[in-house]
Amino acid sequence: MPRVRYLEPSGREVTLELESGQSLMRGAVDAGVDGIEAQCGGHCICATCHCYVQAPWLDKLPAPSDDEKLMLSNVAAKRLPESRLSCQLIATNALDGLTVRFPDRQS
Amino acid sequence: MQSQAPIVILGAGQAGVQIAESLRQEGFAGRLLLLGEEPHAPYQRPPLSKRWLAEAGSLSALSLRGPDALVRRQIELRLETRITAIDRVRREVHPSNAAPLSYAKLAIATGALPRTLAVPGASLNGVLALRGIADSLAIGAAIRRCAAEQQPVVVVGGGFIGLEVAASARKLNAAVTVLEGMPRLMSRVTAPIVSEAFTRLHRSHGVQLLFGAQVTEIVGREGRVVAVRTADGQEYPAGCVVVGIGVLPDDVLARAAGLACERGIIVDDCSRTSDPLIVAAGDCTARRMPDGELLRLESVQNAVEQGKAGAAALMDRERPFRSTPWFWSDQYDVKLQMVGLSPGYDQVVTRGDLSKPAFSAFYFAAGRLLAVDSLSRIADHMQSKRLLDRGLSPTPEQAADPLFDLQSLLKEATADGA
Repeated sequence: MPRVRYLEPSGREVTLELESGQSLMRGAVDAGVDGIEAQCGGHCICATCHCYVQAPWLDKLPAPSDDEKLMLSNVAAKRLPESRLSCQLIATNALDGLTVRFPDRQS
Repeated sequence: MQSQAPIVILGAGQAGVQIAESLRQEGFAGRLLLLGEEPHAPYQRPPLSKRWLAEAGSLSALSLRGPDALVRRQIELRLETRITAIDRVRREVHPSNAAPLSYAKLAIATGALPRTLAVPGASLNGVLALRGIADSLAIGAAIRRCAAEQQPVVVVGGGFIGLEVAASARKLNAAVTVLEGMPRLMSRVTAPIVSEAFTRLHRSHGVQLLFGAQVTEIVGREGRVVAVRTADGQEYPAGCVVVGIGVLPDDVLARAAGLACERGIIVDDCSRTSDPLIVAAGDCTARRMPDGELLRLESVQNAVEQGKAGAAALMDRERPFRSTPWFWSDQYDVKLQMVGLSPGYDQVVTRGDLSKPAFSAFYFAAGRLLAVDSLSRIADHMQSKRLLDRGLSPTPEQAADPLFDLQSLLKEATADGA
């Protein structure tokens, strides 16, 4: 089971073991990680599960779809090159140790 | 003892959960009691008429927050707890199956109930409406049986819920008839050009759509529905009937307790009710707008934002909900995203390809943008949302010009320091 490290807006770190195939959004909301809203429940239409992928993981992730790129243009917090929507990031064994940070606002 | 009483939240849906979480974020350290009527932990309702209905997903796929999330935030969840009364003098709520519970402050997030058809036969077996998980499971089972027995599913109501159920039923290979009382689909919320696109979409997927259809009777045999009769004397055979004719705010407890209600519990933009110890959020509310009008919204965003506002108000802070309303619907492979409120428009222009459909309808009043409906046009939706949030408006000519970059208005505004 891949482990994912989440950095909350406060700086606190939460490490979770996710099921392979589970989205990072799902893992975070189920565990009650702070800093994520995920209003639409994972359909890539609300941009409230925005996260910053920490080095060196960005290049190891599948590239964002066109839809995700468009949604990222409207995130509430600052958009950075490492911005992704956590509902579109799927945990796999190859991504064990993946680390993401949630911004201080989602809407 | 009064000071040790918890904040009690009635309703463990999207709004109730948001109030609980936001209270913790606002720094509330006291006891927090979240009461739900259903046997299920907090879950998402939008998928109940969409993908989850067609795919019969797992309950965990619907989960709004896992049990760990509530434990971590010290939110005490009590399920299968139906409240029969609010006593504002004694500051208690009365569960049907337990002793009264005291509250220091109270939040009401009781949601909405489906409107029922007031015609003979409306309570026959096989006549269904959608509110919760149990309803979605029952509708899914009925549709599958109809598909297997080659009997049509009749959907009464061509609004969001009805059309999403219709699309799901087609995915399950059931024949579908939609009976809409008005002359077009989703007439309450969209312009004719959008209704027409959805009419073509559903017909291209084999749905039989009828307009101006006034249901007068649901015909049964041995207690089970067999047909739906309309005012023009037509009878539509039905293996099951799904009624999706809108919802009514569940303000029964609030009304009985003497809170100001009018088509919902009246709240201000900070989710405060007429009682300073009580807030309300989500589908059960009617929000008083600056112009005095009452605004009723039924959406996830409304539940979340009113929930945040209500939690702040319980902490004696003002965090008004003023962002632009948005909504979404999925039907087949079309993603409908709506932002803003279109009533009062005097002009509609479109951008994109009407035939696909992949276009947006821009609603204007006196040349000023009010709202945008986007069909599989995410960029239009997101850009319009930002424009509306900032009070910016393209001209109708700019909106209709596919070569005009809407984003440039945002950049201009930023450059101007707006």
